[in-house]
Amino acid sequence: MANDVLPIADTLPKVGAVPEVATDEPKVLVASQWRLMWWKFRKHRLAMVSLVIVFTLYFVAFFAGFFAPNTKDTYSRGYTQAPPQKVHLFDDGKLAPFVYPYDRTTDPRTYERIFTVNKEEKIRLGFFVKGDEYYLGFRGIPVLGKLAVRSNIHLFGPTNPEDPFYPAGADDLGRDILSRLIYGSQISLSVGLVGVFLSLALGVFLGGLSGLVGGWVDNIIQRIIEVLRSVPNIPLWMALATAVPPRWDPVLVYFGITVILSLLGWTGMAREVRGKFLSLREEDFVTAAELDSVPRFRIITRHMIPSFMSHIIASTTLAIPGMILGETALSFLGLGLRTPVVSWGVMLHDTTNIAAISNTPWLLLPGAAVVITVLAFNFLGDGLRDAADPYH
Amino acid sequence: MARYILKRLLYAIPTMWIISILVFITIQLPPGDYVTQMLENMRNLQTGGATWSPEFQEAMRDRYGLNEPVYVQYGKWISNIMLHGDFGYSFQYSEPSENLIKDRIGMTLVVSFASFIFTWMVALPIGILSAVKQYSLADYVFSFIGFLGLATPGFLIALVLMFVAFKYGNASLSGLFSPEYETAPWSVAKVLDLFKHLWIPMIIIGTAGTAGLIRVMRANLLDELHKPYVDAARAKGLPEWKLLIKYPLRHAMNPFVSALAWVLPGLIAGEAIISIVLNLPTTGPVLLEALKQQDMFLAAGFLMLLSLLTVFGMLLSDILLAWVDPRIRYDAM
Repeated sequence: MANDVLPIADTLPKVGAVPEVATDEPKVLVASQWRLMWWKFRKHRLAMVSLVIVFTLYFVAFFAGFFAPNTKDTYSRGYTQAPPQKVHLFDDGKLAPFVYPYDRTTDPRTYERIFTVNKEEKIRLGFFVKGDEYYLGFRGIPVLGKLAVRSNIHLFGPTNPEDPFYPAGADDLGRDILSRLIYGSQISLSVGLVGVFLSLALGVFLGGLSGLVGGWVDNIIQRIIEVLRSVPNIPLWMALATAVPPRWDPVLVYFGITVILSLLGWTGMAREVRGKFLSLREEDFVTAAELDSVPRFRIITRHMIPSFMSHIIASTTLAIPGMILGETALSFLGLGLRTPVVSWGVMLHDTTNIAAISNTPWLLLPGAAVVITVLAFNFLGDGLRDAADPYH
Repeated sequence: MARYILKRLLYAIPTMWIISILVFITIQLPPGDYVTQMLENMRNLQTGGATWSPEFQEAMRDRYGLNEPVYVQYGKWISNIMLHGDFGYSFQYSEPSENLIKDRIGMTLVVSFASFIFTWMVALPIGILSAVKQYSLADYVFSFIGFLGLATPGFLIALVLMFVAFKYGNASLSGLFSPEYETAPWSVAKVLDLFKHLWIPMIIIGTAGTAGLIRVMRANLLDELHKPYVDAARAKGLPEWKLLIKYPLRHAMNPFVSALAWVLPGLIAGEAIISIVLNLPTTGPVLLEALKQQDMFLAAGFLMLLSLLTVFGMLLSDILLAWVDPRIRYDAM
C-alpha cells in the first residue's frame, strides 16, 4: 500500500533508457493504486459517460443563474400553464433563433385556457443576453454567502428581457419550468452530497468502532443497524419529516431533511466499514506493522483506512441516488422542503392530482431530471466499484 | 430446523421492542401535540374566532394523557397493545385506532404480497436468461430496463402511467375497487374486482425490487456458470437445462433468497408512497394524514405494524434461506 508515494511522472516508457522489452508490463507493476484504478475505470465506458454527465449537472447547478434564462420566481401572468414553446433555430435560412409568442383565450363554456401560436410576432433569442439579476455562489448560506457575485448575463434567452420565453412550459403561476428545473438542481443535487457526507461520517465512526472494539459495543451497534434496516424507510422518513416545523428558516429545514435522510442511510456504510476492518485485521501487512510496534492509531489511519478508501468512495457514490430519491419522495408528499425553496421534489408536488398531469404534463419534467441523475450516479458507482479493486 | 426457527423468533422480540421505542419517540418529536394542531387548524380555517378554551384544552390533554411524561405515555401505550390489542384512540376519526388499522393493513398485506410474487416471478426467469445468454440482445435490453427501473422512483412511474391511461385509455388507475364494490361486503365478485385493479400497483411497486433482484440473480449465476463442476457435469453429457437447474441454479438461489430481506422493506416503503398517489385503500394515505394532523396513536400504530410486517418478512426469508441452504442451519446450532 505504500506505493501511493511513487512519482506519477515517469509512466511514459523511456525509449532510450529501457531496451525493447519495455511494454505495458513494467508500467503496470510500478503504477500506484489510484493510477491502476483510473486505468481500470477508464475502460468502463458507461461510467466515463456518467462521470461527464454528473460533472455537467453539478457545473450547471453551481452556475444556475447563468444557465437559467429566468430566475426561479420570474412569472408572467398571461402564461400560466403555457405549453412549451418550440425553439426555431433558423429564420429565412439564417441562424437566428426565435420563438413565437402565445395568444391566450379562454373557452367561454369550460373556462379552459387555450393557447394559440401567434405567428405574426417573433421573440428573438440570443446568447449571453442581459436579463434578470442573479447571484452566483452560495447565497443564503452564512459566511460563504458573502462571496456571491451579482450578474445579469444569461447563457441564452430572449434579447428583450421583457419577452416571455418558456422552452419547457410554465407552471400554475406562469413561472418557467426550465429555469426552475435548473435552480431546483441546486437543492436536489446538494441534498445527495450533504446527506451522504453525514451518513459517511456516522457510518465510518460507528462501523469503525464496531469493527475495531468488538465485544458488546459491536453487539449494540449491530443491533441498532438491524433495527433500522427492518423499519421501512419511507414511512419512518415521513414520520421524522413531520417533526421539522414548517415555519423554520428554509436553510434549517434543508439541513433537517438531510439529517433525517442520513439517519437511516449510515447503516450500509457502517456495515461495510466494519467488515473491512474485520478482514483487514487478519492481513499480513497489518500484522507486520503490529510486529514493528507501530502505534495502533497509526496502523488504522496509515495502513488500514487507505487500503479500503476506494471501496468507501464507490459505496458513497452508490448511496447518493438513495438520498436524492428520498428527498424527492418527501418533498413530493409535501413533507420535506416546501415553497419558496425549489427542488425537483417540490416541483413534482404540483403534479399530485390527475387534472394537473393531464392538462400540464410538462410539470413531470423534473422527474426525468431525477431519473437521469440517479442513472448517472448508479453507473458511476458501478464503474468505481469495479475499479476499486485494481489488483484483481 | 425447529431450533433455528425458535432462535430467530426470539431474536425478533428485542428488535420489535427497540422499534416500538423508536416509533414512539419519533411520534413525539413534532413540536406540540394534537391539541395545538387542532387550534392551528381552527385558526387557519378562520372559524370566526371559534376556538377551545384553555380549560377545555387542559381537559383534552388530561383525558388522553398528553400531560404525562413521555416514558409513562410509552408504558401505557405499549402495555395496552401487548395486553389488550388496544392501539389507542384516533383523535381524527374519534374511533379506536385498531379499527382503522385493521382494514388498511390487511389491504397493504395483499398489495405487498402481490408485488412480492410479481417481483420474484419476473426476476427469476429474466435473471437466469440474462446470465445464460450473457451479452445477448435480451441481456442488454433487460439490463437497461433494470437500471431504469432502479433509477425511477415508483411514484413517478405511477404518475406517468396515470397520465398515459387518462390520455389514451380514458381510464382512471386509482383505487383498488370499482365504485360499486368499494363499500360492498366481501364476496367472490368483489375479490375478482380486486384482482382486476391489483395488477397496476403490483407492477409499479414491484419494479424497483425486480430490477435489483435481476442483477443479483444474473451476477450470482454468472459466478457459478464458469466453475469446473459445471464443465464436469456437461462432460458427463447432462442435458443443458437439467444441468443448469440442478447445479449452478441451486447455488445462485441462496443470495437470491437472502435478497428478500432487503426487497421486502423496499416493497412496503414503496407501497406507502404509491398508495398515496394512486389513492389505494391501504395504509399510505391514512398514515400521511395522521402524521400531518399529529394523530399520534394512529400514526404510531401504523408504523408499528408496518415494521412488524417487515420484521416478520425478514424472519421468513431467514427461515427460507436455512431451508434452501443446509449449511446455515448447522452453523446456527
